[in-house]
Amino acid sequence: MPLPIEIVLFVFLLILAVVIATLEDLFAAAMLTGIFSLLSAGLFTIMDAVDVAFTEAAVGAGVATVFILCTLSLTAKREYQQPAKVLPFIAVGITGAALIYGTFDMPAYGDPDAVAHRHLSAKFIEIEERAMLSQNEHAVESAQHGSKEKAVGLPNIVTSILASYRGYDTFGEATVIFTAAIGVMLLLRGRRRERKVPPPDRDQVETML
Amino acid sequence: MNKQPMRMRENIILRVVSNAFIPFIFLFALYVQFHGDFGPGGGFQAGVIFAAGIILYGVIFGQDTMRSAVPERAMEYGIVLGLMLYGGVGIVSLLSGANFLDYDVLNAHDPTHGQHLGILLVELGVGITVTCAMTTIFYGLAGRGEQ
Amino acid sequence: MQWLGLWHYWAVIILMMIGLYIVIARGNLVKKVMGLSIFQVSVIMFYVSIGKIEGGTAPIIPEGGYQLVYSNPLPHVLMLTAIVVGISTTALALALIVRIQEAYGTVEDDELNKIDGASS
Repeated sequence: MPLPIEIVLFVFLLILAVVIATLEDLFAAAMLTGIFSLLSAGLFTIMDAVDVAFTEAAVGAGVATVFILCTLSLTAKREYQQPAKVLPFIAVGITGAALIYGTFDMPAYGDPDAVAHRHLSAKFIEIEERAMLSQNEHAVESAQHGSKEKAVGLPNIVTSILASYRGYDTFGEATVIFTAAIGVMLLLRGRRRERKVPPPDRDQVETML
Repeated sequence: MNKQPMRMRENIILRVVSNAFIPFIFLFALYVQFHGDFGPGGGFQAGVIFAAGIILYGVIFGQDTMRSAVPERAMEYGIVLGLMLYGGVGIVSLLSGANFLDYDVLNAHDPTHGQHLGILLVELGVGITVTCAMTTIFYGLAGRGEQ
Repeated sequence: MQWLGLWHYWAVIILMMIGLYIVIARGNLVKKVMGLSIFQVSVIMFYVSIGKIEGGTAPIIPEGGYQLVYSNPLPHVLMLTAIVVGISTTALALALIVRIQEAYGTVEDDELNKIDGASS
């Protein structure tokens, strides 16, 4: 049975997404995007993903909102209202229908026998549990143990996978952050140059369209 | 009567509350960094929270105060320093005879302690990189408006 | 009755489609970045919902190492990387938007098309 709080959070997220799509005031839309990230962090916690919830709350509701607000202070404050076109709705509808058709092959939500929980995940959990249990039982003898299997021995399985079993991917991820900072420095550190083209007149654009 | 809008640092409520909060934000970031092994947390979350504390300081007290407290050069060096720390742990493993980023060889007596040390250093490197990267991006975006 | 076990996925797909609609149908570039952020969060939610186990708990072994049912930790690890890559692309996109504003004077894509069409 779905928890009532899951239904409430999903309904809030849907309402927020629709309002962000239709709002013209961009500052309000930026704040609502931050609230969207915060509510989704609540949903992640209900789905037992506490690390992901922590990161999403800090990144989405923290620095992403600040960056969008900084950009809005340098660009326009309001969005021009455009006439609704029907082609995006058709494209989005077809894509959504295809995705929903694809979910019929998936196991039910929360199924313990799903294929995703076998193989690698089961192996990681089993290795870590055995290492933690042996640490508690004989803490002194484990140091002189002859041949031990490779284990990390940390309570947080997500950190041990992230930093040790999959440490190479985390190295690449840190490099991605590095590249983003270098890219922003390259773009935004030079002097502002004078604009060569005068800003466009909105009436001309609308008569053209 | 028409006054100039008050700057944020002159608003006493904002100033007092942020003075009270910002040290605790940094303390919480350090807690999240080093307790990522025992609960949710780790390098990324800690770096973002630390950067959020610096950004809050800059938003309330103005950019000049923020740039003099947290110099831009230090942040640039910090981005590279964190990544080099991560790569350095891998190189030390290579020089000790094992694979790249194999933490077992970092401690001569117990491979599990080697893993703990390796994860600590690696998460520290990631935390430093993320803090300095987020702060540099904020400096770039916020500093553009005054030119 | 299969929909009773699948409605989480459908709700997430609807959120994904709203995010995709904002990216392709709205003209303002900053609005597109917000729609992209909604899309990213829904994709992450989709993966995390695959890893949830009924009656499970967060994958953190408590003191004493009890034999509990843990939710699958592997999607959480992958999604941590995805969130970080998402914020990197968002930051770069916003920096590009600032430069576009300085070069063209606008961030609406129909006006940008007109300026580019007039100058080429």
